[in-house]
Amino acid sequence: MGAFMARFGKRIVVILPLTWLALFFLMPLVETVQVSFTTARRSVPPYAPLWGFEDGAFFTNFNLENYALLFEYWQDYLGPAANSVRLAFFATLVCLLFAYPMAWWIARSSARMRTILLVLVMLPFWTSSLLRLYALIGLLNPNGFINSVLMYIGLIDQPIGMMQTDFSIYMGMVLTYLPLMILPLYATMVRLDGDLIEAAADLGGSRFHIFATVILPLTVPGIIAGSLLVFIPAVGEFVVPALLGGPDQLMIGKVLWTEFFRNRDWPVAASLAMLLIAILTVPIIYARYQDGRQDEAEAHKLGDASS
Amino acid sequence: MAPFIRLQNVTKNFADVNAVNDLSLDIEQGELFCLLGASGCGKSTLLRMLAGFETPTSGRIEIDGQDMADVSPADRPVNMMFQSYALFPHMTVASNIAYGLRRAGMQGAELDARVDSLIKLVRLDGLASRKPHKLSGGQRQRVALARALARQPKLLLLDEPLAALDKKLREDTQFELVDIQEKLGTTFIVVTHDQEEAMTLATRIGIMDQGCLEQVDAPRVLYERPKNSFVANFLGTATFITGTVTKIDGAFLHVDGACPTVVYLDPKSDRIAPKLGATVTLAIRPEKIHLTRTKTGQQNESMVIIEDIAYLGVASNYRVKRDDGLLFKLQQTHGQREKTPLEWEEKGFVHFDPADVIMLED
Repeated sequence: MGAFMARFGKRIVVILPLTWLALFFLMPLVETVQVSFTTARRSVPPYAPLWGFEDGAFFTNFNLENYALLFEYWQDYLGPAANSVRLAFFATLVCLLFAYPMAWWIARSSARMRTILLVLVMLPFWTSSLLRLYALIGLLNPNGFINSVLMYIGLIDQPIGMMQTDFSIYMGMVLTYLPLMILPLYATMVRLDGDLIEAAADLGGSRFHIFATVILPLTVPGIIAGSLLVFIPAVGEFVVPALLGGPDQLMIGKVLWTEFFRNRDWPVAASLAMLLIAILTVPIIYARYQDGRQDEAEAHKLGDASS
Repeated sequence: MAPFIRLQNVTKNFADVNAVNDLSLDIEQGELFCLLGASGCGKSTLLRMLAGFETPTSGRIEIDGQDMADVSPADRPVNMMFQSYALFPHMTVASNIAYGLRRAGMQGAELDARVDSLIKLVRLDGLASRKPHKLSGGQRQRVALARALARQPKLLLLDEPLAALDKKLREDTQFELVDIQEKLGTTFIVVTHDQEEAMTLATRIGIMDQGCLEQVDAPRVLYERPKNSFVANFLGTATFITGTVTKIDGAFLHVDGACPTVVYLDPKSDRIAPKLGATVTLAIRPEKIHLTRTKTGQQNESMVIIEDIAYLGVASNYRVKRDDGLLFKLQQTHGQREKTPLEWEEKGFVHFDPADVIMLED
């Protein structure tokens, strides 16, 4: 009886989050997939059901017109999509460049200092991200803090146009996503055995060599995890470009919003969302798959070597 | 000629600890020297100062006649084998071993040949392309050894090299390590807390306690002529007797105290000659105390009651008590025990040779 309860308990622990994921992640995803294959109409909700039964007969509204539309007007979508990927890519890169030394510093601090620094890293998460972005606007505005100071000390005599540029978008993205880069990097770095660095130094490695041959390769998992955590939400980011970007900075998140709420064309919006997911996840899944194959190949090679 | 390694008044203070305290030591080329001590005695700190990972607070370290004060770990003719082995987990066995050689500019066929010969030396044939996590503990230990030896250091530092291995493997590896050291002639300094390991490996042992060297000698001298009660207790066990010198009769000393004892002072091996009336501490090793059923009339004989017997296989350890409370620790081999079958609570006699009594300096 006790053993049964223990096994049952273990199941429950897994079933609860699985149910949660199925309810709030999988079902909306399935719904979005369905909507992407049906047609829009003036009703609530504003689309025809994908399939159903009417007078005892099965019917379906399945069609590929939404996707066809996306491909027909691809220029309208490709631009914003490329723009989003570009902005997200460079935002990720800047986050990585800032986060790497910061995470290293935290990981190499004393245990007490580490706790304090980690709390400081996460502290901004406790204020609303909107609030933080408005604060940033206050800094970057033509009559904002930075311009005022620079003009007051006489370095410039006209405000620098920092708002509604790529610069302001990167600032917003880095502000929003930096902790998501620091934390996974920190997690891999804190596990890095300090003996390895001393061993490399003992064997004649210069500081640069030690970084390139030992530290960097061993922190790759953190780099990948952090980059994914920043890149994926950054591509679909809607708030940052809406608040900080210019009217010409059309990002895919904004296009999605327009299709959903302004055009009320849910099927087209849904198919666009599906395409976006495909574009983002397929390369990641492929990379993971390749990784697995590499491990297998290595195992094979080992078999040859020892025989 | 100056010794190969010379430590002069080396002191290392950390924020709130004095890890190494005014320590001086000379080590000759080709020695296998063991630093033996309990954890926290400063032996690892001393090793790390030799490797260059710590800077002495004061004092001077010379290796091969050269002052090491401003020499970085990478530039010292010294390599270290870490207790954790510190193998690079993302590199194969061969890449791990080649790491130091590549940094030294070796490449191509020369590099391959050198790595090959190192792999043969530590008997890792066929495992060159494995990653460390696919190796057993013993194999990892060999990779670490090969990697540390790759640059042909003049001095190899080994921090608890065998601590992570299980007992059986550790015993075999001890002899292998000695073989390799003899083959290469490299000076080894081994840090260990395991006295048996130190006795097996070392040509000389330095016993450390609280940042100081208590005694530096060959294993045999350390055991048979320990300087003080710390060393006598750290290496093996002993029965200690404290008393006052009451009579000096040539080389024989009469000590009166807990147990009247005659001591023979060998002018060759005993370092101190106490004066009449001095208080001295004596030590007798357990295997030097003889147990008999009846009185033999020999010197240093006492009547005792058997308090405890512990059977160890090759021998048995006894605790026997004089009626005034003095406890003797003695050891009897299997053969001796069968000849004198004394059991718990029985009466017997112990005696020991005056030449087997160790005069301690404390």
